[in-house]
Amino acid sequence: MRTTHLLSQLEILEAESIQIIREIVAEFERPVLLFSGGKDSVVLLRLVEKAFRPAPIPCPVMHVDTGHNFPEVLAFRDRRVAELEVRLVVASVQESIDQGRVTEETGRRASRNRLQTTTLLDAIERHRFDAAFGGARRDEEKARAKERVVSFRDEFGQWDPKSQRPELWNLFNTRIRQAEHVRVFPLSNWTELDVWEYIRRDGLELPSIYFAHPRTVFERDGMLLDDNPYAHRDDDEPAFEARVRYRTVGDASCTGAVMSTAATLAEVIEEIQVTRVSERGQTRADDRSGEAAMEDRKKEGYF
Amino acid sequence: MNVTKRMGILRFATAGSVDDGKSTLIGRLLYDSKSIFEDQLAAVERTSAERGEEYADLALLTDGLRAEREQGITIDVAYRYFATPRRSFVIADTPGHLQYTRNMVTGASGADLAIVLVDARKGVLEQSRRHAFLTTLLRVPHLVVAVNKMDLVGYDEAGYERIKDEFTAFATRLDIGDLTFVPISALHGDNVVERSVNMPWYDGPSLLHHLEHVHIVSDRNLIDVRFPVQYVIRPHKSDDPGLHDYRGYAGQVAGGVLRPGDEVVHLGSGLTTTITHIDGPDGPVPEAFPPMSVTLRLADDIDISRGDMIARPNNRPETAQDLEAMVCWLTADRPLSPRMKLLVKHTTSTAKALVKELRYRLDVNTLHRDEHAGGLELNEVGRISLRVTRPLFVDDYARNRLTGAFILIDEATNATVGAGMIIGPRSGR
Ligand SMILES: Nc1nc2c(ncn2[C@@H]2O[C@H](COP(=O)(O)OP(=O)(O)O)[C@@H](O)[C@H]2O)c(=O)[nH]1
Repeated sequence: MRTTHLLSQLEILEAESIQIIREIVAEFERPVLLFSGGKDSVVLLRLVEKAFRPAPIPCPVMHVDTGHNFPEVLAFRDRRVAELEVRLVVASVQESIDQGRVTEETGRRASRNRLQTTTLLDAIERHRFDAAFGGARRDEEKARAKERVVSFRDEFGQWDPKSQRPELWNLFNTRIRQAEHVRVFPLSNWTELDVWEYIRRDGLELPSIYFAHPRTVFERDGMLLDDNPYAHRDDDEPAFEARVRYRTVGDASCTGAVMSTAATLAEVIEEIQVTRVSERGQTRADDRSGEAAMEDRKKEGYF
Repeated sequence: MNVTKRMGILRFATAGSVDDGKSTLIGRLLYDSKSIFEDQLAAVERTSAERGEEYADLALLTDGLRAEREQGITIDVAYRYFATPRRSFVIADTPGHLQYTRNMVTGASGADLAIVLVDARKGVLEQSRRHAFLTTLLRVPHLVVAVNKMDLVGYDEAGYERIKDEFTAFATRLDIGDLTFVPISALHGDNVVERSVNMPWYDGPSLLHHLEHVHIVSDRNLIDVRFPVQYVIRPHKSDDPGLHDYRGYAGQVAGGVLRPGDEVVHLGSGLTTTITHIDGPDGPVPEAFPPMSVTLRLADDIDISRGDMIARPNNRPETAQDLEAMVCWLTADRPLSPRMKLLVKHTTSTAKALVKELRYRLDVNTLHRDEHAGGLELNEVGRISLRVTRPLFVDDYARNRLTGAFILIDEATNATVGAGMIIGPRSGR
């Protein structure tokens, strides 16, 4: 029996996230859960599951598919969705390209990362989603540190960092007009380590690429990229075999791997605790294009 | 180090006037607790070098948005995270300018503790008083006055004592639960993480030591059972007969301790029943207390919906349509004025409300009450009376920060325009 009424850090974070999730599902008509198959969205999916148990997850799950996925992640996504019996909506960047909504970038550093924004906003509009849950954390990045838990987007899907609604106590202003929506970040106060500890505590399954495995990679800008057709490896970028794992899961053209021998969760957590490089700095080419790269993309309507 | 064993989270807000050293202090806490990654530090070093500074300006670690970097000031509340083997910390970093009372109020609303910085050379300024006042208005249970830049006054004990006395004298006019002073140099690290060798006369703990050990578990209200119903869970699974009759009331405990077998009352019906089960995130739990998110199952079939409250028959919140409250106005769009119609969001219910009267505007620097004020502008604080279209289940904010708080929303713009703290008595005067 707990006589002191103490909760562990993970229990506090979990309680806070569940409160946010229930609040949104209660107050919005058409919420959706953005699911990338990455570790943060795995935790988020779990929290949504817990928030409504024993009832099923009350909203569909949406994946923005760049077409440049790690096959392991897609397989994982489909399995989880089938297990939970939720409806999966796939918003395809390839379709946006085919329909002329966006133009594919060209050149060696071409990536579909930025194109995702249009695909995402189009899908939100088409399905009339009014609240989209995302797994972003405030410890990830400077612009995210300033974003609200319930983050308002105007009818163009844009984020205006200078006119955000103040958030006090656990009271969230969920009022929006037609065609506007909110992004909701229940993991706002979690750190990378919290996410890993939670995965361990709950025994959550992750895509296999999070654990050390052999892979053909090449080096670009100090990052290890998978040697796949989307990464456009140049002749002066020799490919080699290495034991790597991924710290984040994004578009296969710009998500870097790290050298690692950590094959189990315990080993990964041990590595994370001593790592001296931030998650995004180490593994995301999309965040390296200038100090304000994330801020700019967020203003346009990015995740 | 194993975070699942690390107990609890301390949420604290920082406040200080511009240039008092707030960013430097936060940078130092993050840096000394090894929460800064190499690539982040490298970016700071690069920017410092570009600006011709000779050392890495740790304050740069906390500049978030481009507009802030360009103007060299902090505009909005930012949240930062660090951890020591004892505790995890969430910092609400709130800008100090006068016009940012709104940010301070926001950051302090959920804080367990506030650090107010005072420049040792300047002493207690009007702004320090304002910060202390807002801390007490928001009922932040613990206040730390960090007297910074002690290196610039030769680590002088007498100067520190003077500031301490002056602040203490002012503080007697406020209702501060727990007040602590620490002399520091954020720049050099004295008394931030380690006790300073430069101030042997100071026998208290370092700032971080205090943050790690300050006792916060009893800050919660564990006496008055308050459970605002957030969501009704009804699985409707026809293929699972076991779930057919499942009806659970989901919410986050706002006060008290609930156990299966407890007799409870439903508000507004006033009907009493018994808790049969409490379902936590991982299954049934023997008790629930703040800040747990749980689902209650009850013995009787009562019509319960979102916005209702569950309490104990002999300990209920007040059911009120007329509220007296302190309000901080958060928008520049238009001032708060009598006869204004707004939405109130309180716990899990939202209702229309009418501002009946502005009783007074409070000068946050002098605490002077202006009873002839016609309205409240952005960042101003005052006492209002409010008529709500349907009853809310409220407590005094001083008794419970969750059931005593509300936000005001402008229906025309959907902006969050006010933060309210309920005070008694709530007569219809
Ligand atoms: N000598 C000295 N300078 C300090 C100290 N703390 C901050 N400063 C300097 O005071 C200036 C303002 O500090 P900053 O952290 O940006 O203040 P903020 O506006 O409160 O965030 C900077 O030049 C700091 O280097 C201190 O303890 N001693």
